[in-house]
Amino acid sequence: MAEEVKLFRTWSSGYALRIVWALKLKGIEYETIFEDLTNKSPSLLQYNPIHGKVPVLVHDGKPVCESLVILEYVDETWKHNPLLPQDPYEKSMARFWANFGDDKLMKSIWQLFIAREKDQDVAAVEALENLKLVEEQLKGKKFFHGETIGYLDLAFGWFADFVSILEEIMSLKLVDGERFPHLSSWIQHFMDAPVIRDCWPPRDKMIIKYQVMREKYLAAATPK
Amino acid sequence: MDNEVKLHGFWPSPFVYRVIWALKLKGIEYDYIEEDLANKSELLLRYNPVYEKVPVLVHAGKPISESLVILEYIEEVWPHNPLLPKDPYERSVARFWINFATDKGRSAVRSLFWGGGDGKKEAAEQMFDLLKIIEEQALGDKKFFGGNSINMVDLIFAWFACWIQPMEQLVGIKVLEPSRLPSLHAWVKNFKEEPIIKENLPDPERLLAYYTRLTSNLVSKPT
Repeated sequence: MAEEVKLFRTWSSGYALRIVWALKLKGIEYETIFEDLTNKSPSLLQYNPIHGKVPVLVHDGKPVCESLVILEYVDETWKHNPLLPQDPYEKSMARFWANFGDDKLMKSIWQLFIAREKDQDVAAVEALENLKLVEEQLKGKKFFHGETIGYLDLAFGWFADFVSILEEIMSLKLVDGERFPHLSSWIQHFMDAPVIRDCWPPRDKMIIKYQVMREKYLAAATPK
Repeated sequence: MDNEVKLHGFWPSPFVYRVIWALKLKGIEYDYIEEDLANKSELLLRYNPVYEKVPVLVHAGKPISESLVILEYIEEVWPHNPLLPKDPYERSVARFWINFATDKGRSAVRSLFWGGGDGKKEAAEQMFDLLKIIEEQALGDKKFFGGNSINMVDLIFAWFACWIQPMEQLVGIKVLEPSRLPSLHAWVKNFKEEPIIKENLPDPERLLAYYTRLTSNLVSKPT
């Protein structure tokens, strides 16, 4: 019996994109189910009853939730074109930095994004410090994984896209080529890489979505 | 360079204990270095410049930080006495619960124990709801989260075995009630009686004194 792979996602979720890329990089056929998170399908709630979130990968009827957990599952199940390094120490470094990306980096970039003008300088300090740490990881490498794209590149994928969106909306340069030569170079290589580039959500839609979100946060933060 | 294993830790930390248990369950010899977090060693700051926290495992001179990353590393390098299922799907389920405990658990603990006085009853009920999910869906009718033996999920949930009690005493609210969470309560007992775990548990009175000191420092801060 041919195996059945389904992916529940939204049009814009960076977490879900990680799985889209992983499946495509491994040449795995799958069915996509787009969710509207304001009106979740019974299937999504059945497969991810605890969080009701995307992405959810369903492999032969069995659901796997949480994007980094799904990436590990995909890599363990379909062993060709490995995404994680083979060496246990290198693997642990990849996991460490993926978690850093989701915890510290994402939070600090988001805090900058929703900061009022007078708070931007302070928010930028932490974001820039975190960016410096990520920049160090790319020294001497084209991608985080080396010559080819791997787990950590996919984990940071959201960042590659969001940086340019943030820069456009806020009219500022966050990842400038002089200060962050490796990161700038990685962003360019990653955005244009085969498989990766075909999956980006429509930019104009993303700009509108995040602009609206930012305005909501700024309005809520404004003292009455 | 030999295959020396060192662990930098801090005695009240549940995150450090996870690693201690994993090493001992696999019979791995290691040197333990107690860190004073108010006066961190040069070595710790060099090994974990990003977070400056414990635990840090150093294997053959190479440092690894973040307890979950460390546990996965230990599991790979020393696969005997496995702490994760072999089957990829079962592993993904274990990792799901580990993430659940880490994300939801962390914020629930914060609200209940470090949050303001007024919201404590509500925070306690939210913590209870969380524990109910864990009891019904993660534990079910198994003896341990790992089935008949302890696995990584048990080590992560161990917070509820030893660290919830001093906090309950300090806050004056019992969350892990035997009548409301019978299976989880039984699990706590079973977990603490497991041979290697039993020999490696923090002293409850010392823990209570430590958390009492911590929370009194918080209370005395001007709001």
